[in-house]
Amino acid sequence: MNGNGNLRVGLYICHCGTNIAGTIDVKAVAAWGETLPGVVVSREYKYMCSDPGQQLIVDDVREQHLNRIVVASCSPLLHEQTFRGATAKAGLNPFFFHMVNVREHDSWVHEDKQAATEKAKDLIRAAVRRVAFHKPLEKKRVPIHPDVLIVGGGIAGIHAALTLANAGKHVYLVEREPTIGGHMAKFDKTFPTLDCAACILTPKMTAVKKHPNITLWTLSDVTQIEGYVGNFTVTVKRHPRYIIEDLCVGCLECIEACVYKQAKYPDEFNLGLGKRKPIYIPFPQAVPQLPVIDRETCIEFKSGRCKKTCVEVCGDRKAIDFKQQESTETINVGSVILATGFQVFDARRLPYYGYGKFPNVYTSLEAERLINAAGPTQGEVILRDGRKPKTVGILHCIGSRDENTNRWCSRVCCMYSLKLAHLIKEHTGAEIFNFYIDIRTPGKGFEEFYQRLLNEGVHFIRGKGAEINTWPLDPSEEGKLIIRVEDTLIGKIRRIPVDMVVLSVGLEPHADAGDVRRLFNISCSSEGWFLERHPKLAPVNTFTDGIFLAGCCQGPKDIPDSVAQAGAAAAESLALIDSKFVELEPNTAYILEEACSGCKTCIPLCPYSAISFVEAKKKAEINEALCKGCGTCVAACPSGSIRQNLFEDEEIFEEIKGVLAHA
Amino acid sequence: MPEAKPETPAVGPKRFEPRIVAFFCNWCTYLAADLAGTSRMKYAPNMRVIRTMCSGRVDPQFVLDAFAHGADGVLIGGCHPGDCHYQEGNYKALRRVHLLKRLLREMGIEEERFRLEWISAAEADRLKTAVNDMVEKVRALGPLRLETTAEFFPEEVKVA
Repeated sequence: MNGNGNLRVGLYICHCGTNIAGTIDVKAVAAWGETLPGVVVSREYKYMCSDPGQQLIVDDVREQHLNRIVVASCSPLLHEQTFRGATAKAGLNPFFFHMVNVREHDSWVHEDKQAATEKAKDLIRAAVRRVAFHKPLEKKRVPIHPDVLIVGGGIAGIHAALTLANAGKHVYLVEREPTIGGHMAKFDKTFPTLDCAACILTPKMTAVKKHPNITLWTLSDVTQIEGYVGNFTVTVKRHPRYIIEDLCVGCLECIEACVYKQAKYPDEFNLGLGKRKPIYIPFPQAVPQLPVIDRETCIEFKSGRCKKTCVEVCGDRKAIDFKQQESTETINVGSVILATGFQVFDARRLPYYGYGKFPNVYTSLEAERLINAAGPTQGEVILRDGRKPKTVGILHCIGSRDENTNRWCSRVCCMYSLKLAHLIKEHTGAEIFNFYIDIRTPGKGFEEFYQRLLNEGVHFIRGKGAEINTWPLDPSEEGKLIIRVEDTLIGKIRRIPVDMVVLSVGLEPHADAGDVRRLFNISCSSEGWFLERHPKLAPVNTFTDGIFLAGCCQGPKDIPDSVAQAGAAAAESLALIDSKFVELEPNTAYILEEACSGCKTCIPLCPYSAISFVEAKKKAEINEALCKGCGTCVAACPSGSIRQNLFEDEEIFEEIKGVLAHA
Repeated sequence: MPEAKPETPAVGPKRFEPRIVAFFCNWCTYLAADLAGTSRMKYAPNMRVIRTMCSGRVDPQFVLDAFAHGADGVLIGGCHPGDCHYQEGNYKALRRVHLLKRLLREMGIEEERFRLEWISAAEADRLKTAVNDMVEKVRALGPLRLETTAEFFPEEVKVA
């Protein structure tokens, strides 16, 4: 049908409270709408998405025998499905509907009411003209593969994996480090309850390893993902550990037996505060409980002439394999949860705090390791020069809320700084100074914890530390780190000499988050955090169906929030799997065979190889299952014989004419 | 010293309001425009957005048709290179844009009237700047006056 007299359009303009009606004269638009060719009913209503709003459509279709529906309201992202549903409920094909975005694209971005109203009319005219050309379409149903891929084995990934595995779904958990556990495994205690991080985390880590429904791949990267919601094919590259997982019993005798009698190399897990051997286990409770050999430092790899005492002691188990090669695995999954986490801000970027220059300036993560009983000092706070600190300064907001570095609040630093203040005081009895811009403690039990710290006698100085130097002005400052700060509560510049400085570094997206984003075809915020589909209503979904987010890869979060989000992502994934089928937008391309000249222009354009050339017919052919509906071939076909459902040439030409027709 | 230039009056009903037709891809630039809305950014009300799944879907005929029907400017918005939801549709768009620019020049359509912008879903600010900038530039050029209008080449733009 193309406006041939049978057209009966119902046009509905939503007020959205005052969101639209406050800027656009909806009454005038509705009255004007009646004059459009083909429009039978033109109404305005307070909330079209409400039940009575949708019922208006249903009733009008039945009473007025409408055959096309246009709703001018918010972004199709929000309510296209809602109104398609209403259209279908009224007995029409749901694709006899078109949505006009007059909120996000109009009333919210313009102040000039007259101009906004004119714009709304243009957009509506375009839609009314377009919808005349709509065809009935069917959504394609494809089955959903029940397996799930989770990328990142921190607390978020672990929690999501266990939730899904407990529900009977098979999970592939891919972690690039030699062990799962993520940042949480490095913490000593967790705020505000001060329960030990390892005590609550390690049972979950072991549960992952033991769970029959979880395939855990450490030292692994996802290198490729193809397909679409419900049917992804993922390639995972597994880097060699040089230990055969199935043969190793985790006795760790090989580490003991290494030709290096003393640990010599900086230990990554302890952020270089401790030492490890070339064959090592990141930390005692690492999962999997397997050693790993570092190619860069192992004598066998460097010279090929090691005595290989590790192999000797391993004996018949023969678990050490210096020839182990990188391998790739290809798996099919129906959904993906990204839980790739964060990296801490590199304090070297702010040289005035002297990190990397003054040995007794630590980052907060290093401080966590220092007070951790499993850390390099067995939990004693001993400085790099061997002293125990008597005074400690904790500087908040390093690399957060700063125009020169990262503008966002990292959300967890206030609380972990308070926690570190408490723990360092408990371990050393030192006098502690916190330097803060604002204390932000919005969370269950957080404010109470802050009050507790105030009562414990920790000093709070309101002012962001300006610099740290070692230039004493009097003998009492000799050998100290001097924190210069403007105390904004008394309006004075102060000098606070301390023995130890902890820089509370913020959270930022991984340096390679952009690569991960590209790989999984999702979006990032301008800061580099993965972008959720909707900040309030779809916080764990992405714009790519079937790919969900959990934890800090989406933005800074504390442990409870990461776990909650991981649970939500797992639930979304489960909901998807248990729906058994996914309905795909029917926006695929198709060929009008009689018009195809067989020129093959389209064939190399398709990124999914969905177009092939049929020699017998000398025509191109589109495999609908492979077509994702981008429309590139449609735009390129010189004879106009490739068409696209939902985005037919006529439909777009009508829109063009429609938006320009008022002149 | 400060003397107002009479060419284009800054305010008043007489000011020329250019009409910009925009083709935005569903995954990046359309979402950036949504984000501009949810962030309540304000930009010039001269643009009319037509959504396509990918900037690669934008047939050069759409652009010509828009000019033929009275658009003063055409803006295509797509994902940044390397970020295309369909892997490389935006590169296809870029190739066509290069050719189309030459064609438009031949037709006497000024370069500022046709633009391709890479705007990601997070770059509402970039969208706002691009729209405002384009509206100002096209406003300065004045209305597009084609010697021939749609009626003169209907066979070219009419579809089956």
